[in-house]
Amino acid sequence: MSLPFILFFVFALISVGGALLLMMAREPIHSALSLILVMMSLAGLYLMLGAEFIAAVQIIVYAGAIMVLFVFVIMLLNAGVEERTDYSKMAKYAGIPLGILLLLDLAHWMAHSLIGETPANGAGSANVMISTRELSMQLFQKYLFPFEATSILILIAILGALVLAKRDE
Amino acid sequence: MPILEHLWIILALPLAGAASNGLFGKNWSKTIINSVGIGSVSLAFLSVLEAIREFSLLPDGQVSFFKNYFNWMAAGSFKVDFALQMDHLTIVMLLVVTFVSLLVHIYSAGYMAHEEGYYRFFAYLNLFVFFMLTLVLAANIVLMFVGWEGVGLCSYLLIGFWFLKQSAINAGKKAFITTRIGDFGFTVGILLLFWTFGSVDFGTVFAKAANMPAESATQAGVLTWICLLLFAGAIGKSAQLPLYVWLPDAMEGPTPVSALIHAATMVTAGVYMVARMHALFSRAPIAMFVVAAVGAITAFYAATIGLVQTDIKKVLAYSTVSQLGYMFLGCGVGAYAAGIFHLMTHAFFKGLLFLAAGSVIHAMGGEQDMRNMGGLRKQIPVTYWTMFIATLAIAGIPGFAGFFSKDEILDAAGSGSDAHLTLWVLALAGAGLTSFYMFRLIFLTFFGKPRFDEHKVHVHESPRSMTVPLMILALLSIVGGWFAAPHLLGKTDHFEAFLHPVFATYGVPAGLEQRASLAGAAGEQGGIFATPAMELLHAVTGPPVVLAIIGLLVAWWFYVRRPDAPKKLAESVHGLYKLLLDKYYVDETYERVIIRPFLWISANVFWHVVDENVIDGTVNGVASVAREVGGQARELQSGNARSYATWVVVGAVGFTVLMLGVWGMVR
Amino acid sequence: MSVVPVSYYLVLSAVLFGLGVIAFVFKRNIITILMAIELMLNAVNLAFVAFARAWGQLDGLVFVFFVIVVAAAEAAVGLAIVIRIYHNRQSLNIERANLLKF
Repeated sequence: MSLPFILFFVFALISVGGALLLMMAREPIHSALSLILVMMSLAGLYLMLGAEFIAAVQIIVYAGAIMVLFVFVIMLLNAGVEERTDYSKMAKYAGIPLGILLLLDLAHWMAHSLIGETPANGAGSANVMISTRELSMQLFQKYLFPFEATSILILIAILGALVLAKRDE
Repeated sequence: MPILEHLWIILALPLAGAASNGLFGKNWSKTIINSVGIGSVSLAFLSVLEAIREFSLLPDGQVSFFKNYFNWMAAGSFKVDFALQMDHLTIVMLLVVTFVSLLVHIYSAGYMAHEEGYYRFFAYLNLFVFFMLTLVLAANIVLMFVGWEGVGLCSYLLIGFWFLKQSAINAGKKAFITTRIGDFGFTVGILLLFWTFGSVDFGTVFAKAANMPAESATQAGVLTWICLLLFAGAIGKSAQLPLYVWLPDAMEGPTPVSALIHAATMVTAGVYMVARMHALFSRAPIAMFVVAAVGAITAFYAATIGLVQTDIKKVLAYSTVSQLGYMFLGCGVGAYAAGIFHLMTHAFFKGLLFLAAGSVIHAMGGEQDMRNMGGLRKQIPVTYWTMFIATLAIAGIPGFAGFFSKDEILDAAGSGSDAHLTLWVLALAGAGLTSFYMFRLIFLTFFGKPRFDEHKVHVHESPRSMTVPLMILALLSIVGGWFAAPHLLGKTDHFEAFLHPVFATYGVPAGLEQRASLAGAAGEQGGIFATPAMELLHAVTGPPVVLAIIGLLVAWWFYVRRPDAPKKLAESVHGLYKLLLDKYYVDETYERVIIRPFLWISANVFWHVVDENVIDGTVNGVASVAREVGGQARELQSGNARSYATWVVVGAVGFTVLMLGVWGMVR
Repeated sequence: MSVVPVSYYLVLSAVLFGLGVIAFVFKRNIITILMAIELMLNAVNLAFVAFARAWGQLDGLVFVFFVIVVAAAEAAVGLAIVIRIYHNRQSLNIERANLLKF
């Protein structure tokens, strides 16, 4: 049992556990916190895969900004325990089995993919320097247009959120 | 050759007249309507004359002139062109149709002067002329059928001209429906013709038929069937047994209509058709016999009914049915030229009879029952004399037109190669009866003491527009038969000779001698008698003439000398008299046996069962299925987002399973 | 020293994605559902990064970058809508917002 393996399993267990907690929590705030846990462990996994910049962005933006926003809204709306309504027969009976089926299907095929043999870390893994420098070169040369487009997207999102959330006068 | 190249002009003129009068005539004065209506037909007549002149300039060997103007229909190998043709037969028909139509148009200007819908009448008349000319000029059977149907339509429109009168409407419907039954046979005949010959064009069909052997007299081959089916149409259109019932009722229409359509032109379309298709008929002996038999039987049968009718127009109607029978008899025994000859002379004297009857009715202020007439000959002399001349013609008195044509037919029936003794006897008897009832008509109407109140009815002669056509037709009734006069002297019959090229082109194979030239039989044998004078004597003392004179004398006895004799005779054979008076109860039989069951089936089966349940049920059923399915399907849009999400997952699962598992897209 | 094959990461990604789907279908609170969506996006991000490592290309990371950006924008607008819905329906139960039906 080598270190990469152990680390992987630890992070994996934490993330899966967080996901399960998200599902089973009764208060939405608990779900939010579980999600933060998931994101943290994912950041760890990114680090293990050599993507430091992404790991940092994950924590700063995703866990640090988006989830904070979620928590703010939950607290603003003071959402309590959700009531148990079941208007959809389809969702009640078919939803979860199908979801499990999807999960298993994907997992099965992922496990058997050819690429899966490639080592991701540890001995023999490709010694690729995924540096921030390289990444930014890609971002600002090859993907310049999408980059600029996303800035417009963010602008629109800001405007939209402003307009939608305004209190009626 | 301007007109000949553009034969369609002859058709376009009356059509233009019909369109103008029909669309704009409502606001026009009588003068304009007359000019358009009469003018278009006179121009058509002049065009016909010019076309004939141009035709005569064609080289001698050319029998017919054919021109294809455009292709009308082409569906696979079924090609129908708008093609017109002209040959001697067409010329005869064109002359008869345009000239008699012209006279009737002029007459109508006087007769219909006080009628509502004056413009409509002329529009319909012109339209009729257009369709009749199409029928005559057509170079293929489908175009002929267009004219066939068109004249039927115009007949319906004109019979029901006074459409506010219930009996007129019924008569119009009866005419159209009865002829329709025949037309169904005609249509099937056309189909069979096309199926056999692969073409509907006369030239092609006749050329192919010429190479076919004659069919046997006992077994019906395809040619026989074609001819019988086409003749079924002729039975309807030309009012033979058993589809003649519409013609007497058609007398509901104005008298000019009866003269033009039901005496001179439309009803003769059947005869023309048989003559045109002679190439096929000559090779189908069974069909020929059927034609001749139907003609002869109808001739006799209708004459018996005409004996006792009291309405002046009904007598003439039954007379028309009877005379048409003679024409078919002529064609049926192979004497096509004789049949057409009788068609022409009949157009003259029967047209005259109807127009003169109209003049009588006009003079009597609308009275049509002969029992209420009498003694009119001093008061309306022109009408009397012209009608008398026409009666002499129809009775077959020597010297007048009817004598020549009827004599030829009887001759052919009695002694030609396709002769048949029974038919000859029937026809002969019919001739005698014809003479009797026609003179009966004359004596009842014009002789004796007036049987009406002279103070109430102001008898006056008709205006010039009506009497001049009468006089012209009377002249033609006298001289119209003289074409064939030399034949009596043992020499050639000019009319016969004129039509000879047409009927000889598709000559019949040996064994069935076509009676193409009556002259041949007499002339080639060197004349039956030694001198022309003896020949003539033989002709004028033959059985037909004898019977005609007997008929005249009997009628004179019954209606002039002893006016009460008819009543006594009628009482003594009361049953027979009633039978004849009620027209053998044919109409009533048809009503019971055919019409009522049909109406019952239509109402109960086709309406309730088929239309309401099956058709409406299907349509409504489809609609309700759509509604039900829609009703179920719309429940999918429940507004519940979780349900939607689940469906998305369903799709996702399906797709992944398909992509990864079934199609193996993962490597 | 044994190695961790890429497939392990992919399986983990699949599991997280599946759990996200189940949560999406199962939960009734709108905000929780939005969080389930975020979970799914994260799972996908993991897959991208893993593939980036496997192929040795950086495009996967760029994609992750953009996914995060878009997720942020979407979360902002989505939560604004949630606030609106709460104002109108007085409830955060998604099944209460079912007016858009036949």
